[in-house]
Amino acid sequence: MDYTGDPAGAPAYLDAATAAPLHPVAREALLASLADGWADPSRLYAAGRRAQQLRDAAIGVVAELLGVRPDEVTFWPSGTSAAQAAVLGGLGGRRRAGRGLVHSAVEHSAVLHAARTAEPVEVGVDRLGRLDLDAWAAAVRRPGVALASLISASHEVGTVQPVAAAAERCAEAGVPLFVDAAQTVGRAAVPPGWSMLSASAHKWGGPPGVGVLVVRKGVRWLSPYPQDDLYRPGPPGALGLPQVIAAAASLRAAVSEAPTEAVRLSALVDRIRDRVAATVPDVEIVGDPVDRLPHLVTFSCLYVDGEALLHALDRHGFAVSSGSSCTSSTLRPSHVLEAMGVLSHGNVRVSLHRDTTEADVERFLAVLPDVVAGIRTEAGF
Amino acid sequence: MPGVAVGETVRVLADDPAAANDIPAWCRMKGQEFVAADGHVFDVRRTM
Repeated sequence: MDYTGDPAGAPAYLDAATAAPLHPVAREALLASLADGWADPSRLYAAGRRAQQLRDAAIGVVAELLGVRPDEVTFWPSGTSAAQAAVLGGLGGRRRAGRGLVHSAVEHSAVLHAARTAEPVEVGVDRLGRLDLDAWAAAVRRPGVALASLISASHEVGTVQPVAAAAERCAEAGVPLFVDAAQTVGRAAVPPGWSMLSASAHKWGGPPGVGVLVVRKGVRWLSPYPQDDLYRPGPPGALGLPQVIAAAASLRAAVSEAPTEAVRLSALVDRIRDRVAATVPDVEIVGDPVDRLPHLVTFSCLYVDGEALLHALDRHGFAVSSGSSCTSSTLRPSHVLEAMGVLSHGNVRVSLHRDTTEADVERFLAVLPDVVAGIRTEAGF
Repeated sequence: MPGVAVGETVRVLADDPAAANDIPAWCRMKGQEFVAADGHVFDVRRTM
């Protein structure tokens, strides 16, 4: 007998903020460089020189796109390792200034874990998830502050942070600023004024396993790892050169597509924000509705278990993320949602990418109200 | 809450780590008053 159940519809991957699908340019570059860029770029024979050329070209592309010097760019095994190297190396370089690390309450957990090795000073956010600039200015002026850390835009709720203004306050206090720009690079310009910046290739459509760290000239950075005899910051060990080349190539493609993609995806996010609020009772759409990332939207539903919602959406073919405690490795609610004071229960984060279609979003919006209602009914609401 | 008169207070006992965040959020979303929290004890007043 034929299977006659309701078709789930084409699967739609809506978790680009965790990892965007590989950009076709990244795939092409990766395959080409697996054949051509496998040698050690520090060796003095033809294959090594070829690898060195490719490495320098990749560095040059990323430097140009970020508006920095090539010798300020290094590649790391992940965005997390780049961000933690920024924090630990920045603290190390400013040890004489103190051990204080000022950070927003909505940093990525990787940054918070690194911050706990020093003396962290947390600065709060408002209900929309935006940094309290006055508290930030006061915090960076305190004695003993070595470094400040601010995420460019929240990876959980999409709210864009006032990076330029925060950087000014840091400059006035003589404190270097690290910006974790993982969700911004490849989608929008990063405001100026920072001392260090990190990014992650698989957020913009590059391969996983490539982080970018920029340390501006004149910024004191001391490696947290045993160093070899190289003169610039870098992770221990050999570079994953094919992935790095693919990351650089796909960043160029993502940056060139970003203006049109931002408009297209932002309109889809607006549609999700409006329609979910209208069709799902007892829901809170969180984050700034206007000053936000173009591709990311988060909402929380009362009387719905986040894990049950994730699984139900997965059964309908939708891959989304959640900040609810039951879906986290720590079984704690998201520190970002807590800092904002918004509902963490029944939380869903939807993040779009270049392959996301209007039909995907429409199907999601058609399915969601019944999925939420079904879970509420099962739970007795 | 339907069985609680307007103005009365409900004491909620919850050891869920999300309760400290989500009970005040529920009050805000549903127009009820969050009175106080003490450990796993949360007081909510019905205002409407």
